[in-house]
Amino acid sequence: MIHCKSLCKKYGSVPALDRVDIHVREHKTTVIMGGSGSGKTTLLRLIAGLEPPTSGEIRYKEEDFVHMPRKRLYELRESMGMVFQYSALLNSLNVYNNVAFTLHEHTDLDEEVIRTIVTMKLEQVGLRGMEHLMPSELSGGMAKRVALARAIAMDPAIVFFDEPTSGLDPISAGVITSLIHNLTEKTHHTSVVVTHDVDAGLSIADHVVLLWQGCVIAEGTADDIRHSADARVKQFIEGSPDGPIPFSRSTTSYVEDLMHKPGTVRLAQ
Amino acid sequence: MNMAIAACGNMGRRFLRILCRLGDAATLSSASLSLVVNPPWQGRHIVIQMYNIGVGSLMIIALTGTFTGMVLALQGYYTLAKFGSESMLGAGIALAIIRELGPVLGAMMLTARAGSAITAEIGIMRVTEQVDALEMMAINPRARIIMPRIIAATLVLPLLIALFDLIGMGAGYIVGVDLLGVNPGAFIAEMQAKVTTHDINAGWVKAVGFGFLVGVICTYIGYRATPTTEGVGKATTQAVVLSSVGILILDYILTSFFL
Repeated sequence: MIHCKSLCKKYGSVPALDRVDIHVREHKTTVIMGGSGSGKTTLLRLIAGLEPPTSGEIRYKEEDFVHMPRKRLYELRESMGMVFQYSALLNSLNVYNNVAFTLHEHTDLDEEVIRTIVTMKLEQVGLRGMEHLMPSELSGGMAKRVALARAIAMDPAIVFFDEPTSGLDPISAGVITSLIHNLTEKTHHTSVVVTHDVDAGLSIADHVVLLWQGCVIAEGTADDIRHSADARVKQFIEGSPDGPIPFSRSTTSYVEDLMHKPGTVRLAQ
Repeated sequence: MNMAIAACGNMGRRFLRILCRLGDAATLSSASLSLVVNPPWQGRHIVIQMYNIGVGSLMIIALTGTFTGMVLALQGYYTLAKFGSESMLGAGIALAIIRELGPVLGAMMLTARAGSAITAEIGIMRVTEQVDALEMMAINPRARIIMPRIIAATLVLPLLIALFDLIGMGAGYIVGVDLLGVNPGAFIAEMQAKVTTHDINAGWVKAVGFGFLVGVICTYIGYRATPTTEGVGKATTQAVVLSSVGILILDYILTSFFL
């Protein structure tokens, strides 16, 4: 469905992605995983067309997604949905109007029909009866579920999820994970999920892409990743502090600095 | 010598940065305004913004207009009395308010109350990814966020300034006639004789120009705010400062045309 080829992204001189090739398969769940700062969200934003790549190619059903005219991009986006990391609900609108937003904007449906659709979507995410609440009155988990209801209101062909379970309690995270799983299994949406939640990611993934320092270091099915021989993949899956992926981002050795930098406290020899 | 070259280099880079931002603001605003004629028509959102900007600013405009008229009457009377020309008080107040104080103070009040709110609102929409959410829902944020606010500010400020002028002159009349004893007939007659259509038009043009300027500056700075809480705070301050300075500069330019 979506093919990315040699995708590079730089912010100023800082590289965020380096020659990334990925393929998002139709009616499947693709999970992009990686540690903090590995370029997952950047990759998702490029695939969703929210930012242009510095170089490389993105093809959406054979159409050039990078140089597409805005009008065509908006046409395609009517068949896309996105759940943002912090939900991104429009805070001037209540739950009902947030979920009904795209239906009001892009369809000529009667309000009764829209009301029925919104009720169905809210029932799907377990929030029917909360239509009158404002975003400020929702908990993090509820806001994520409203965001999901909004993302699927138009029955999109593809839904993007940016860290859908981050900051949620285990029950809410489990509910969101099963909702994403049901989307692909029952309604045959295509899902692209960015997460660093290994268990949740691997449980719903048809295809996994693992990023490190802006590069793809492994991809395949959840089992391929679980049984990968790559030390970096193993370390990430096991969540081990020791391994080739360093925990510390300090540029110099702290002990060396203490020993040799002028003006610092000397360690006892 | 090297220090001088470095200083020149810094100045040059700074100047280029300012030029870049001016160009960016012009491009973003003109691209947003060109969406007025493109469907879907954003009329409802323009009206909502006119309500938010206009109705919310009524009280502060009325209050500022009242005290401006009252102070002008006191100061004007004090000065004119030295020349025995108290009867000119009405004309003095009307000309000062219609040509200068109404547009400038009205625009400043709009900047302080509504302009800062516009910048903060758009900045927060950026921080909370609401702008990206609109993009993903196939809604052009420039058409939905920027354009309605620029047009609303441009349309609303002349109406607010008309109100400012009326209240200011009314307050000036009360202080001048009822408190200081100026002849009411002379007050009104001089006002009618000295204020021309040209003066009123000058006030209208300034009002439209200032409204547009405040709309462009406040929406641009909010839209380009660094998406952090500190960034939004800085952007709001910057929007108020730049709008106020911009109003004064544009005021000088327009005044020189309408002399």
